[in-house]
This record gives sequence, C-alpha cells and structure tokens, in this order.
Amino acid sequence: MKSLERALMGGALGLLLGNAYALDGNKIFTEGGSQPGAMSCVACHGADGLGLAAAGFPRLAGLPAHYVRKQLADFASGARNNPVMQPLAKALTDLEIAALSDAVAAMPAPQTAMPSRSQMPADPIEKLALQGAWERQIPACVSCHGPGGVGVGDAFPPLASQPAAYLAAQLSAWQNGTRRNDPNDLMGHIAKSMTADEVQGVAHYFASLPAQAKP
Amino acid sequence: MKAILLTAVLAAAPAHAATIAMEDQSQLQPTAQPDASAFKPPLESELPDNAYGKLVRQGYALFVDTKRLAPQFVGNGLNCSNCHLDQGRMANSAPLWGAYPMYPAYRKKNDKVNTFAERLQGCFQFSMNGGIPPAADSPEITALSVYAYWLSSKAPLGVELPGRGYPEVAQPAKGYDLAQGAQVYTGQCAVCHGAEGEGQKVGGAYAMPPLWGKDSYNWGAGMHRINTAASFIKHNMPLGKIGSLSDQQAWDVAAYINRHERPQDPRLVEGSVEKTRVKFHANDGVNLYGQTVDGVLIGQGIR
Repeated sequence: MKSLERALMGGALGLLLGNAYALDGNKIFTEGGSQPGAMSCVACHGADGLGLAAAGFPRLAGLPAHYVRKQLADFASGARNNPVMQPLAKALTDLEIAALSDAVAAMPAPQTAMPSRSQMPADPIEKLALQGAWERQIPACVSCHGPGGVGVGDAFPPLASQPAAYLAAQLSAWQNGTRRNDPNDLMGHIAKSMTADEVQGVAHYFASLPAQAKP
Repeated sequence: MKAILLTAVLAAAPAHAATIAMEDQSQLQPTAQPDASAFKPPLESELPDNAYGKLVRQGYALFVDTKRLAPQFVGNGLNCSNCHLDQGRMANSAPLWGAYPMYPAYRKKNDKVNTFAERLQGCFQFSMNGGIPPAADSPEITALSVYAYWLSSKAPLGVELPGRGYPEVAQPAKGYDLAQGAQVYTGQCAVCHGAEGEGQKVGGAYAMPPLWGKDSYNWGAGMHRINTAASFIKHNMPLGKIGSLSDQQAWDVAAYINRHERPQDPRLVEGSVEKTRVKFHANDGVNLYGQTVDGVLIGQGIR
C-alpha cells in the first residue's frame, strides 16, 4: 500500500515541520543545532549573548533578528568570510537560523546612553564618530549607526557595547575585502578611506561608551 | 507590459522645465566645486571661549538638533543638517558660508529683498513645515545667524563662492522617468530612508530623515523642485558615495521622491491647489505640484 505509506510519511513530515516551527531558539543557542557541526553559541558569545570582549567575540544579544539571519546566511555563502562561523552557519537549518535569530534579538542588551546631536566632539576620534571626515567621504559613524551607535533598523547594526577588538576586526575585514556583505558597499567604501589609527580609535570609542543611567 | 506602458507615458509627459528668472538671487546656478579648492570655514577648536563663542555653539546645536531644541518651530521630523551636510560646512551642500555673505538678496519667492534672518524664517516655514517662524530677533534666528556668520569668517561679502548652493545638474535630454526613479530609490535610498520614504527612527527621534509624508518638507520648500532635489542628490547622496549616481538617476529619483504627498504649501491660495500652482509653482523650476500623475492630483497635501 504505497499510498498509505506515503500518507503516513506525509503526516510524519507535517508533524516534523510543525515542531520545527516551534523550535526553541534559546535551546539552539545554548545546546546547538540538530545537525553535526552546529555547535552551541554560548562557548564564544557567552551565556548572556554579550560576547567575550577579550577574544573579540561580538555580542549577539539585542541585535536585530533580520540582521543576524543575514549574517548567518552570509557566513554560509562566504560573503562574510570567517573560518569558524562558516561551517557553523552551514550546519544550521533555515528554521534553526530563524528561531535562533529571533531568540538572540530578544535577549536583553546593555542600554547605551544616546548623546544628543548637538554634542561637540572633544577630540579627532570623537569628531570622526560624531561628524565624519567629509573631505574623504567619511560620514559620521552615528549618521547611519544612530546616536551613541545604538544601531538603526535592520541594516545598520549597533556599534555600542561591542568589543573594540571585534569592531576593529570588522573594519579591517571591510578594508581587505574579507567582509563584503553590506548594502551597496556602503561600509566597505567608507572603511577603505579610514586610517589604521582611526579604525582603532572609533572601535575603542564605541566599545567604551557609557551605559544609560538608570531612571 | 504595464510597466513599459507607464514608462512610455511618463517619458512622454512634458517635464515643465520652466526657466528660473535670473534676477532671483536665491536661485543662481553655481558650478560644482571639488572640496580641495572650496572655502575653508573655521574649526570648532578655534572658537573663542566668550559670549560670542557661546552663541556660535548654540547656533550649531540648533542647526544639527533642530527638531529637539526648537520643537515649536519644527512641524516635521527634520533638522537643518539633513539638507546642509557636515553641519552646514560642506561645499556643494548649500553651506552656510556660501549663503550668509550673499544676503540681503532679492528673492522671487516672496518678491522682495530678504535679510538673512528672513531667509532663515523661510527655511522654518517651508523646509521645516514649522508654521509661524521664529521672529527675526528671536534667540533661534539670532543663534543660527551667528553660527552662519562664524562659518563665513574671512569670506568675501557679496561674492559667489565656489561650492555654494547645490550646483545645478542640468535636466537630461530625455527628461525624467518616474518608473526608473522608483528603481533607483529601491536600490539606493530605501535602505536608509525606508521603502515608503518614511525615514527611520531611534528612540522616538528620526535617525534618518523622511523624504515624503507628514514629517518631511512641505510643498513650499525649495526641495520640492525636482531640479533642486536632483542637484542635492547628485552632490550629496548616498552618504559616503557622493557622485555615484548619474545625472539621469539623480533626476529620476528626485522626481520619484517629489511625486509623493507631503504637507501642504502654507501659501495655499483660497484652498485651491490649482490657484496655488498658478501663483507659486508654475514658474518655480521643475515640479509636479498641481499636476496629475497616474490620474492622481499631486499637491493635495497631507496632515
């Protein structure tokens, strides 16, 4: 009875898919995915998802879900080149990626104080962050990444509360082309105009912005 | 097929490239200027620590944080610095140092000689959709004037400096195409300004400005002219990739942006879009106010 078999198989598949939709993103985060190689995230990104500053592993907590999904897809495709993340991203199923992205987006993130637009920069690095260097076509970091670098929408991730080593590594990756997954080469274009000192400077600037005062 | 037809219809539509009367000093057509040879405004580090320096800083703050600091005079979600990049310092981005030394000047817009204070009031009334603008001797106009004066330090008076205004980008021979403009918008602009021109907010305030709708410039603002918007876009957008759009793309996307509804022209004549078009828009560069696109009257305003 092939048709009965098929019906049973279909039912089982439906059940599987139904379960898959209810995948627990937090469980994937702490224990890994269903396939070999899909290791847990906590070892590097921390149980709270805040990253490991000393090693330059970024925080994931509070990043936009759409952004995280895109990064995992880009790790898998190589548009964002990372030897550790590529096999991991490839080992996650689409449904696992979706559940995981939603879970990390919902994790509590540090609230960075948002300085007002009218704050005048105190030094050249703060000037680059708040006003840019237009003679080299470098807009202010905050003009896209938001006041205090808190991130804007799905395309412009937070810089605040990311480890300086991570931010500097990303700017270097934009410069040397190992990361090229931005819309219209917006970031790559800008990073290539930055000096090594500026890369280190703004990375430390955003990594060390003070947290928002508790009301 | 539908898209092709639409394109053909739009391409065939007259572009209304009315010539601007040249005695209008506010609409002189400057030439593009590479930054290297542009006027250099003073640095913030050179600001004196006295009453004058303090007022310059207040003007700076108002210029870059207008909505938050002068909410009673800003009826939309914009700041001065949205259309005057680099805090009003950048060449080809209508820098304050290019404007301040050119006033008082005759403006066709209100058919009289305007002081710089009156020019600023015009910005508030139209670009900021602010209703009744701050008085000429108000703290807001004073601080902004002082900031502009300071940026113009050592600039010659009454001399058109290279890099002033938005250097005119001539209308392409084929006119403009709204369908092509929509494509440019989706591919290049929507990532920041949103799929529906709505801008993007962080913490309740706009981080990226809305280009149409209730929180953008109104139908009386200079930016509603397609020629002006095309010139601004060509010389200032996308951020960090200035000059990457062709003249044609700049015109197409400027027309696409300015075919969308925005707050009504505060000079509305007897409640009539047509009367307002005839009086204020018929000879004001290239614009779509009071015209019909795809069967819809443009310029009805939005609240």
